[in-house]
Amino acid sequence: MTDIIHIIQTKYYYLVVIFLMMIGLYTTISSMNLIKKIIGINIFQISVFLFYIAMAKVKYGTAPILWDKAKVYDNPLPHVLILTAIVVSVSTTAVALALIINIHKEYGTIEEDRILEKQKLDFDRSNIA
Amino acid sequence: MKLIHEFPVLIIIIPLIFALIIPLVGRLNRILPWIIASTITFFCFLTSIFLLFTVLDTGKISYWLGGWEPPWGIEYVVDYLNAFVLAVISFIAFIVSLYSGRSVEAEINEDKQLAFYSIYMLFITGLLGIVITGDIFNMYVFLEITSLAGYAMIAMGRKRDALVASYNYLILGTIAATFILIGIGYIYMATGTLNIADLQERLPALFHSKMVLVALAFFTVGLSLKLALFPLHTWLPGAYTYAPSVVSCIMAATATKVGIYAMLRIIFGVFKIEFDIHFIPIANILIVVSSMAIIAGSAVAITQTNLKSMLAYSSVGQIGYIVLGAVLANQTAMTGSIIHILNHALMKGALFMVVGCIVYKTGIEDISGLRGMCKKMPFTMAVFTVAGLSLMGVPLTVGFVSKWYIAIGALNAGMGYLIPVIITGSLLSAVYIWRIIVNIYFPDELPEPELLYTDGGTEITDNDTYSEAPWSMLAPTMVLAVLCIYFGISATAPLSIAEKAAVMLSQ
Repeated sequence: MTDIIHIIQTKYYYLVVIFLMMIGLYTTISSMNLIKKIIGINIFQISVFLFYIAMAKVKYGTAPILWDKAKVYDNPLPHVLILTAIVVSVSTTAVALALIINIHKEYGTIEEDRILEKQKLDFDRSNIA
Repeated sequence: MKLIHEFPVLIIIIPLIFALIIPLVGRLNRILPWIIASTITFFCFLTSIFLLFTVLDTGKISYWLGGWEPPWGIEYVVDYLNAFVLAVISFIAFIVSLYSGRSVEAEINEDKQLAFYSIYMLFITGLLGIVITGDIFNMYVFLEITSLAGYAMIAMGRKRDALVASYNYLILGTIAATFILIGIGYIYMATGTLNIADLQERLPALFHSKMVLVALAFFTVGLSLKLALFPLHTWLPGAYTYAPSVVSCIMAATATKVGIYAMLRIIFGVFKIEFDIHFIPIANILIVVSSMAIIAGSAVAITQTNLKSMLAYSSVGQIGYIVLGAVLANQTAMTGSIIHILNHALMKGALFMVVGCIVYKTGIEDISGLRGMCKKMPFTMAVFTVAGLSLMGVPLTVGFVSKWYIAIGALNAGMGYLIPVIITGSLLSAVYIWRIIVNIYFPDELPEPELLYTDGGTEITDNDTYSEAPWSMLAPTMVLAVLCIYFGISATAPLSIAEKAAVMLSQ
């Protein structure tokens, strides 16, 4: 029991990461609304960004800028990686939203179950014709 | 400094720059984007052939980006494995861009054609980047460039289902990429490096660490999603079916191959084979999964009535073969697996190009629309037959060579019970290919066509008069078919490279 408390006290940031990750994945899987799925994906990705940022922290370290009073610096490399990953995440979101706009134009809805119904109707119609 | 030493980076930079130039100059002339795309991919092909010969002569090439010494800077590495994959990818990219001219005119809306060529160049940049880079985070970035370009290209399909297919691929592809990102995070935490060669040295000391195990788990799931290994293949059939034919062609022939390359590089390059086998039974799990992929993919392909979705499910089966050969983890099987990257690219490329020709001429994607097509499009149908026979693995075609090597590899690994799986897969593919060949050449033997299944209500056109696809589409298709036979009869050149790559991986 004391072990668990110790882990929670010292590694709480990783718990936050896991919590956010699960929220994100669950939203993506369970939600029927296409926009909500994208929000879920975003939360999922952000949890991974926080994971990288947490890993970069060095005890008593300051921001990695040259400064004569600083003795220890945080690791700047994960920060840089995450800047790139954020760009990737933003462009994925942009492409996804553009797709959703077009889906809404074509189907008139962004609820997944309604779209599936309409696709089934299309399929039946083309088979009868 | 000679230009020749800069080739490993030029092969990435040139298509990237022209992805931006095409939208600027493309409005001047209608065929200019097509000419630029073909020229640039031809340049990439020449460069990769040059790199391949240099590697065969002098061994590994290492290029330091910006002059920063690895492991601090990003390193581009060309060795036997990725020189081979680079040549395959850039060759297919060149052939497909030659082919794309007329097909794009017919299948993509006029206002999107310019965007298509621009995104196509980005897609090629990403593919070549994944293969050539020696830095694992760089690989993730290129993987995402490829995927984003892929989502956009699939969404250009004529039917509205293309949008939904692209969206589904986007969701699954992003989850996969994020899994890979988590895996990279874990091994960075464990080792403090991102360079693949450096990881190779540092990881063995940490094989007992749980962090490395978790990283391998995330990599395996993420990469399996990206390369559409059986239970995680659900995005693939929809994406290939509704995308324009050119896009299905380039994606089927190259995108999944690059996924497999990334898997080989990470599972066997970064982690060692002993780790995969002794510490966790990941190889055993993948053997079971890929055997299921071979049987299930081919079996589901039999039930499809749409040509493109049939070929898509057959891809799922063929990916099973490549992964099976790789995870058997002996030299012979791995040679078979690496050579199947080339062989499957040739035959699946040719098959999707044939479908593109049929769609261009008749607008039909349905199998029953092919009745008696041998009189209308004899050359296209001959190509279909050759590529179809390779898919079955008939001797003297490329499919036979790789399946033979994988089967011998299974025997060498003491897993003779996998041979029925390999043969069953071939027999099932014989069923779905033969069903079409009968439709093409022996229509009189069949019952009356069931109009119920014609695609989109298109009337079956007159199939008796000769009306072949334009030469700009037919010639690239025939080149691939000729190579299917040529490399089936004389496979020494690709086999020797694949063997060297397999030796390198299994060390």
